[in-house]
Amino acid sequence: MSITATLVVSRGTGLGPRGTSRYVVPYTPGQSVLDGLRYVRANLDPTLSVRHSCINANTCKECMIVIDGKVDYACTTRLEPREMVLEPLSNKAHLRDLVTEIAPPDERLEHALKRAEA
Amino acid sequence: MPPETVTLETDVLVIGSGAAGMAAALAGANDGARVILADRSLIGRSGATIMAQMTVAAALGSEVPDDWTHHLADTLTAGRGLCDADLAQVVCERGPTEIRQLDAWQVGWARDPDGRIKQAHAPGHDRPRCVYVDFLATGPAVAKTLRTRVLRRDGVTRIGDLCVTELVLHNGAVGGAVGFSVADGRTVFVSAGAVVLATGGVTRLYRRNSASANMGGDGHALALRAGAELMDMEFVQFFPIGHLAPRLVGMDPIMWDPFRYKLGGRLLNSEFREFLNDYGNQESGRYNVARDRATHAILSEVRAGRGSPAGGAYLSFQHVPTAQLRSAFGPVIDKLAANGIDLTHMPIEVAPIAHYHMGGVRVDAGMGARVAGLFAAGEIVAGANGANRLSGNAITEALVFGRIAGRSAAERAVAAERGTLSDAAAALDCAGASNPAATTNLSGVIAELQSVMAEDVGPFRTAAGLARALARLAMLRADLGEGPPGHQGPYDMARLDWFDLRSMLLVAESVARTALSRQESRGAHQRDDFPDTAEPWAIHQTVSLFGDALVVGRAPVHVSPLSELAS
Repeated sequence: MSITATLVVSRGTGLGPRGTSRYVVPYTPGQSVLDGLRYVRANLDPTLSVRHSCINANTCKECMIVIDGKVDYACTTRLEPREMVLEPLSNKAHLRDLVTEIAPPDERLEHALKRAEA
Repeated sequence: MPPETVTLETDVLVIGSGAAGMAAALAGANDGARVILADRSLIGRSGATIMAQMTVAAALGSEVPDDWTHHLADTLTAGRGLCDADLAQVVCERGPTEIRQLDAWQVGWARDPDGRIKQAHAPGHDRPRCVYVDFLATGPAVAKTLRTRVLRRDGVTRIGDLCVTELVLHNGAVGGAVGFSVADGRTVFVSAGAVVLATGGVTRLYRRNSASANMGGDGHALALRAGAELMDMEFVQFFPIGHLAPRLVGMDPIMWDPFRYKLGGRLLNSEFREFLNDYGNQESGRYNVARDRATHAILSEVRAGRGSPAGGAYLSFQHVPTAQLRSAFGPVIDKLAANGIDLTHMPIEVAPIAHYHMGGVRVDAGMGARVAGLFAAGEIVAGANGANRLSGNAITEALVFGRIAGRSAAERAVAAERGTLSDAAAALDCAGASNPAATTNLSGVIAELQSVMAEDVGPFRTAAGLARALARLAMLRADLGEGPPGHQGPYDMARLDWFDLRSMLLVAESVARTALSRQESRGAHQRDDFPDTAEPWAIHQTVSLFGDALVVGRAPVHVSPLSELAS
C-alpha cells in the first residue's frame, strides 16, 4: 500500500458553524503541505478554500496558516506521512476554511467605498 | 441585479498590480487621473513580477559601453523575425530611463565597489546588460519599490481580492468592468473612462509553470470578449532549465539561470555528457544559448532516451569551488542546504517549464487595443518580443509599457463617457448568479486542461497532437456549465474555479488553434511535422471572437529601418 498523509482541515465560513474535514492524500517525500491541499482541491474536494498565489516560491506570503498549532507557510512546511491538523490564522478575521482576511485595511473594497463617499 | 452589488466610479481602472499595473497606475495619477488599481489577489504581491529572480535588461552602459540600438538588435534577433519593430524599439530606447528611475527610488540594484550599477551578461545579449538585485531578489525589490510609490499616491485607490469577470461596453467603447470581491462575494461595477489590462501572461495553462497561480490569461479572455484582437498566441516561452528534482520548497523553479551564467553550470544528459552543441548551438565556456534553442536540445535528449531520471537534464556545478558558490549566491546556498541540496556534491535535474507568453493583446503605439477605451501593459502586450523573448526584457517592458498605457488611459478618460449600470447588468447577473453546487470538480478540470496543454501544446507540436488537444478542450468546455456554481459568499474557491476555467478554455483554444495553423517552426513554436522556418510565415496570426467562435486571421509584421539590425 502506498504511503499517505492525513490532513485534518478546519472548515466553514466566518459566519457559520465550524467543522473539520479529513482528507487522505498520497505522500511523496519532499512535498509541501500546500501540495497536499492542492491535491485535495483537484481530486477530492474543490470546495476547500486555501489562498495562495505563488505555489512554491514563498514570495506571495499568502498561504500562512496554523499547522499543528504553529503559524507557518503551507508552501514551505513539508507534508509528513501522519495526521496533520490545519487551521486558519486565529488573529485575523476568518473568511472561509483556511482563508483569513490578510489584505491591508486600506486595500480592501470597503475602504474604496468609504473613500468614494468622502 | 444581484442582491449584494456595489458601484465605484473612476477615470482609469487598472486590472493587475504587477510592475506593469503599478507603473500604469503611477503614470495615470501623475497625469491627474483618478485611478483604481485592482488585483484579484494582494496588491503588488501576485503575478509574475514578484517571481522574477534576476535579470532586467537595459542599455545603461555602466559595465561596458552600450547603446539601445545594440539592445534592440539582440531583441529583434531573439524574436526570430516576428518583433513589431516600433514596440521593441520603445522598450530598448526607454528602458534605461525606467531603470534609473527605480534606482532613484532606491530599488537597490547590485553595484560594483566603485559605485557603478552591475550588469550581468545574460544569454542572447551581445554584452553585459542586465541589472539585478542580490540575491535573486530582483522581482520582490521591484514590486516593493513600486508599491511604496503607489501607496504615496493619493490619486490611486487600491483594491485587492477583486476578481474582474467582464469588461463593460458603452456605445462600443470600454467604459468599466464588472467583477466580484473574492473576500465577501459582493458583485462590483467599476464605471471608468478607460481600462488598462495588466494581468500578465498565460503560464497557468501548463502543468509545470514558473509564475503565480493566478496567471491564467484572465486579461486575454476579457479582451477577446470585449472585441479586442489578440496576436501571436501560439508563442509560449518555455524556460529551459526550470527546477525538476529533487523537490525544492521555498524557491522559484527558474532560479538556475543566474547560477548558470554567473558560474557556468554544465548541462548534462544521462551519460553525463554535455549535449547543447549537438543541436547546432555553439556554446563554449560561456552560457549563451537562447531559450528556445536550449529547450529544444533538452527535450530532444529526453526523447532520445538520454534524459535524467525525472525526465529532464542534469545541471552540475560540481566543478565550482564552494567559496565561489557562496560569494555568488550567499544565503541561497543555505536555502538549498535546508532542502538537502549540496551543489558541490550532486547535480540537480532541470527541464523546460512554461515561463512567459510572447503573444497577447494587439495594440497601437499608445498601448490601445482595437476597442476604444481599452489599453494593455506588460506581458499581455503582443509584439515586442516576436517569437521568442530575450532574457531580461520582461520587467523592462512592464515598466515602459505601463507608463505609456497609464498616460494614454488618463488622456482618454478626460472626455470619455463612463459605462452605466444598465451597460453592466448582464455581467453583474453572471458574476452574482445563484446556481446549484457544481456536479463536476472544476479544479480537477483545470488540472486536466493543464495536462492537455502540457502534452500536446507544449514546446514540441504536431498537427495530430494539436487536433487532439482541441478536441479534448472542447470536451472540457462541456463540464463548465452555464454559470458559476453556488451563491455570493466569502472566498468561495469552487466558484472562482468556474470563472478561471471559463477564461482558461478560451485562451487555451486560442493558443492551440494558432499553433495548428502555423505550419512552420519559429522561436518558441516548434512543429515536428514542419521543422523548418518558412519565410512566408514571417507574419502574425490574430485571434478575435465572433459570437462564441474564435476566428484566426493574419497581419503583416511591422518593420522599420531599424529592423535591419536583426541578425
